[in-house]
Amino acid sequence: MGGREATLVLLDENGIRCDGRKVDEPRRIMIKAGGLKNADGSAYIEFGDNKILVGVFGPRDVHPKHMSNTDTGILRVRYHMEPFSVTERKNPAPSRREIEISKVIKEALEPAVMLEKFPRTAVDVFIEVLQADGGTRCAALSAASVALADAGIPMRDMVAACAAGKAADTIILDVNNEEDQAGQADMPIGYMPSLEKITLLQLDGVLTPEEYKKCVETGIKGCKIVYELQRKALTDKYFGNGEK
Amino acid sequence: MTSTSVLDDLKKSQILELLEQGKRIDGRALDEPRNLIIETNAIPKANGSARVRLGDSEVICGVKIQPDRPFPDMGDKGIFICTAELLPLSHPTVETGPPGPDVIELARVVDRGIRESHMIDLTQLVIEKNKSVVGVFADNVVVDYDGNLFDACAYAATAAILSSKTPKWEMKNDVPTLVEGEESDVPISTIPVSVTMGKIGNHIIVDPNGDEWSSMDARITITTDSNGNICALQKGGNDGFTFEQVIKCGELSVKVGAKIREKLKQAKESGQ
Repeated sequence: MGGREATLVLLDENGIRCDGRKVDEPRRIMIKAGGLKNADGSAYIEFGDNKILVGVFGPRDVHPKHMSNTDTGILRVRYHMEPFSVTERKNPAPSRREIEISKVIKEALEPAVMLEKFPRTAVDVFIEVLQADGGTRCAALSAASVALADAGIPMRDMVAACAAGKAADTIILDVNNEEDQAGQADMPIGYMPSLEKITLLQLDGVLTPEEYKKCVETGIKGCKIVYELQRKALTDKYFGNGEK
Repeated sequence: MTSTSVLDDLKKSQILELLEQGKRIDGRALDEPRNLIIETNAIPKANGSARVRLGDSEVICGVKIQPDRPFPDMGDKGIFICTAELLPLSHPTVETGPPGPDVIELARVVDRGIRESHMIDLTQLVIEKNKSVVGVFADNVVVDYDGNLFDACAYAATAAILSSKTPKWEMKNDVPTLVEGEESDVPISTIPVSVTMGKIGNHIIVDPNGDEWSSMDARITITTDSNGNICALQKGGNDGFTFEQVIKCGELSVKVGAKIREKLKQAKESGQ
């Protein structure tokens, strides 16, 4: 996006990436469960330079009423980026990209949440991207799972998410902004580790069938790393010396 | 989303029952797409066009090619934009008004498949660097609905682009000016083919029809290029896939895609 350096080296001769990581190393990840007073559940994640806040409400009455379903609860997700979250100010109105991401995150969470236990209600997930740096949908999905758990909503598993991709002809874990812009492929993956199910999967960029397989495998490894941090965030809040 | 009726539930259990016996509701094999009919140059006023019928889903795509200002950070590349719209005559539940999330996703997935395959060599569509480039706009309209619009729109757009002729422009007094009588093919580097698969129970089916589409637990759309590489993917629906299923879908998309690519090539040749 504009200020990209022409001399950017995505992978040097020692196998070190442009931000100093190894090929299979994720960025620094910090997840905190809770933090918001009014939301029924909340979470905050820092995933590299991404900073994302998630609040969950529900199960609660559905407005407008015609959206409610007598057989099951419904999940509604809004992924939203703040105008100041990116280099050039973003128009605050929801873009087509944000509407699509809201939909894929919703569909990634639905297999995990036991909505059928709460017919005629809605669970609302509000995702606010405060600062974006590549891979926001994965970070947002990971944080949303923690916020849902924090809200006490019954879940089959948590969805952990991480991207894999290809840059400098190498399959890499956790694609950052530079690698997304200048790299060859980006594959965000959402995964439920206990149920071994992939619930979010997208790809843009060209991969051979072999690379495709390796990319999915690499992404799942990343999800498992994120999963442990999600569990730690909840453990810290509910069983550690964190806030009540 | 409307709540499902009793009949829909019955249909779903029938579809599932048949799948347990390895059969589909319309008699196709699990990995068999529906009949594909491609008519190119359906709209002569467009620079390229196609009318595609995939089973009973029908899409018309028109390509318009015109000079445009380049994107600020891509002054050395032409523009490609692909859209998709559901017309109100395509299904009783379709309403006029701004597109909902389903249609936005449809348009973005179709655009992404063609864009990420680098089907059109955009570097050849520059009139003057950083000033004026050629824009290729492929607009899909759905006129009849029977499931799997992802592939129907992707095939219509691909066939329409393949059939397109681009006029020639030159800069005169800083304005792109048409050079009369000079037309050429759009520079094509590969032919992308998207293959959408539905998951019902633990069965994977290629090209779900309308009944199957409303019974699906999840879906996956994979676009492959002429080299058999995978260049775009989108999972949808409120269930997940196992790792093995994701790999199997990748293999299916290469295999089924190769056959459809031949049909797209034939349509181009017969259309000229």
